[in-house]
Amino acid sequence: MNTAVSKCETQMKGEGVMAGSAHRTIAEKIWDAHVVRSAEGEPDLLYIDLHLIHEVTSPQAFDGLRAADRKVRRPDLTIATEDHNVPTTGITGPGVPLSGPGSPVTDPVSRTQVEALRKNCAEFGIRLHPMGDAGQGIVHVIGPQLGLTQPGLTIVCGDSHTSTHGALGALAFGIGTSEVEHVLATQTLPQLRPKTMAITVNGALPDGVTPKDLILAIIAKIGTGGGQGYVVEYRGPAVRALSMEGRLTVCNMSIEAGARAGLVAPDDVTFAYLEGRPHAPSGADWERALDYWRSLPGDDDAAFDHEVTLDAGTLSPYVTWGTNPGQALPLAASVPDPDSLADPDQRAAAERALAYMGLTPGTALRDVTVDTVFLGSCTNGRLEDLRAAADVLRGRRVAPSVRMLVVPGSMQVRAQAEQEGLDTVFTAAGAEWRAAGCSMCLGMNPDKLAPGERSASTSNRNFEGRQGKGGRTHLVSPAVAAATAVTGHLAAPADL
Amino acid sequence: MEPFTTHTGRAMPLRRTNVDTDQIIPAEYLKRVSRAGFGEGLFAAWREDPAFVLNQPQYAGATILVAGTDFGIGSSREHAVWALTDYGFRAVIAPRFGDIFRTNATKAGLLPVILPEAAVAALQDAIEADPATEVTVDLGARVVLADAAGLKAPFDLDDYTRWRLMEGLDDIGLTLRRTDDITAFELSRPAWLPVTA
Repeated sequence: MNTAVSKCETQMKGEGVMAGSAHRTIAEKIWDAHVVRSAEGEPDLLYIDLHLIHEVTSPQAFDGLRAADRKVRRPDLTIATEDHNVPTTGITGPGVPLSGPGSPVTDPVSRTQVEALRKNCAEFGIRLHPMGDAGQGIVHVIGPQLGLTQPGLTIVCGDSHTSTHGALGALAFGIGTSEVEHVLATQTLPQLRPKTMAITVNGALPDGVTPKDLILAIIAKIGTGGGQGYVVEYRGPAVRALSMEGRLTVCNMSIEAGARAGLVAPDDVTFAYLEGRPHAPSGADWERALDYWRSLPGDDDAAFDHEVTLDAGTLSPYVTWGTNPGQALPLAASVPDPDSLADPDQRAAAERALAYMGLTPGTALRDVTVDTVFLGSCTNGRLEDLRAAADVLRGRRVAPSVRMLVVPGSMQVRAQAEQEGLDTVFTAAGAEWRAAGCSMCLGMNPDKLAPGERSASTSNRNFEGRQGKGGRTHLVSPAVAAATAVTGHLAAPADL
Repeated sequence: MEPFTTHTGRAMPLRRTNVDTDQIIPAEYLKRVSRAGFGEGLFAAWREDPAFVLNQPQYAGATILVAGTDFGIGSSREHAVWALTDYGFRAVIAPRFGDIFRTNATKAGLLPVILPEAAVAALQDAIEADPATEVTVDLGARVVLADAAGLKAPFDLDDYTRWRLMEGLDDIGLTLRRTDDITAFELSRPAWLPVTA
């Protein structure tokens, strides 16, 4: 990291012109524009433009504020939603009761946590989209949807998938509850400068290969710790060719490669996505914003601390076979033999993973049968994801042995999908059409795998027990999820 | 936050890599609204196996966890740190940590110590050979010592984090001293930036 450059940098200026030196990546430009205070031997104090909160990682932070008699510095830069522990059935609409008759929430502990969020948001004046609200949804789906997620911003949330927002050219990263409290109190965070990594994807994704397959292939290549300590910038023609929703999927899983943040430099795809959204700038402000956003992409001569290159043309649908997201292979492959791994740690990890997953080396991945298919999450719960799955399911049936949950990432995504008639496609095929939430991604609401159940899931983590204690997860794209639902075993649409 | 200067205790070997925070504390335990009591959920699923290291009596009372690489990857849940400290751990030693877990640990008084793989393996071997082996993590000198095993391994931690941990300082209190800088920065922010209100 070139600290000499950072030291002479200025703040983001009102007219959106970026004064400063060349040789910087976009991540470095955003960083430099947010340094409130920089001192030798200390972390930089970074200003935070947008703070997203939810019910699970915030209650202790608000308690801390109260205990120290502190206020929320900028409630107008903070927004809350209920997503992690809320159910996705019985949501009758705005004002659905949290308790008593007609409440979909049956778990008293979950209810207490949601009540705490509502009480905290009311006390500190924070906008909240509660269960049943038309604006409710997964925190990483509603930020971009509202146009709050914008290029050049610093965005944090007490959730590791905050990296999602990097798709619009923001520097966005997950934080813990102590840091949530820090941001609430000060609207800043002390942070050590991360290193920068370029992941360049050349060529073009072949037909039938999706952004999910791309990011699974990237994680398989660099490993779950490969991005540790870095901000990743995804670049190259195959990344440029992705839709905004595809970029959101890719950036979402940066943390699964260990990178706290991943981003894509903004371009016309970004601007077209943002224009007209409720919180996007308009009129003369839109032009000012565009000027600034166009100054953000990294300088041609900017150097990265580490570079990785992939050829998109060699990729195919990917699925995970193990218990971390780096344990992935092309669908056409077979369950690997741990004995073939030279590294003893990797061999031991593979042996453990296969024992947990109940898989035998040499089994074709296409022969792995599932009983559950989950379509949703902050990784793949947006409209394009639902369309991709509906395209596969139209005129087909979910196999009798399979239960398929379709969980839109937000109530707005749900409404849009219903306008397009996608809900009818899913229900006609025999899938369950749900309300918005994190659902089966993380096993802390009623949507869970039972012990021994096996899923094909469009979510982001295949850790042991992630989708429910004893559950077994194969991470897949929405298209593979839909084809798998039809056949009952891991499959791509081309197999149908 | 309780200051951390130097700590001597017995250690527990966890010979697993990629220990994600879902294993350290499963999601079903995240519904509490306080910081207390998470120790009962520590490694909840793995603890059901009587052979799991947490259930082995020779390691009872250990205060230092010695784990494989990429410890604490995955979810940002600080509850993972609270579960380890509530159970009694003061330090975790591993070749590499998940970024967010590592930051969370330094905010909640659990010392994350990065040692090379060979040093971690040597430490695990020494503990397994004699579970009574005393291990010292000296933050002032930035070194891990296990005298009985002849082990002395220096580790890196940036000066600022080390100072903050040794003083047990409240990060927010430190930043609030810079309120004038924050206010000045806010005045320079363009008016078109989004607000949620």
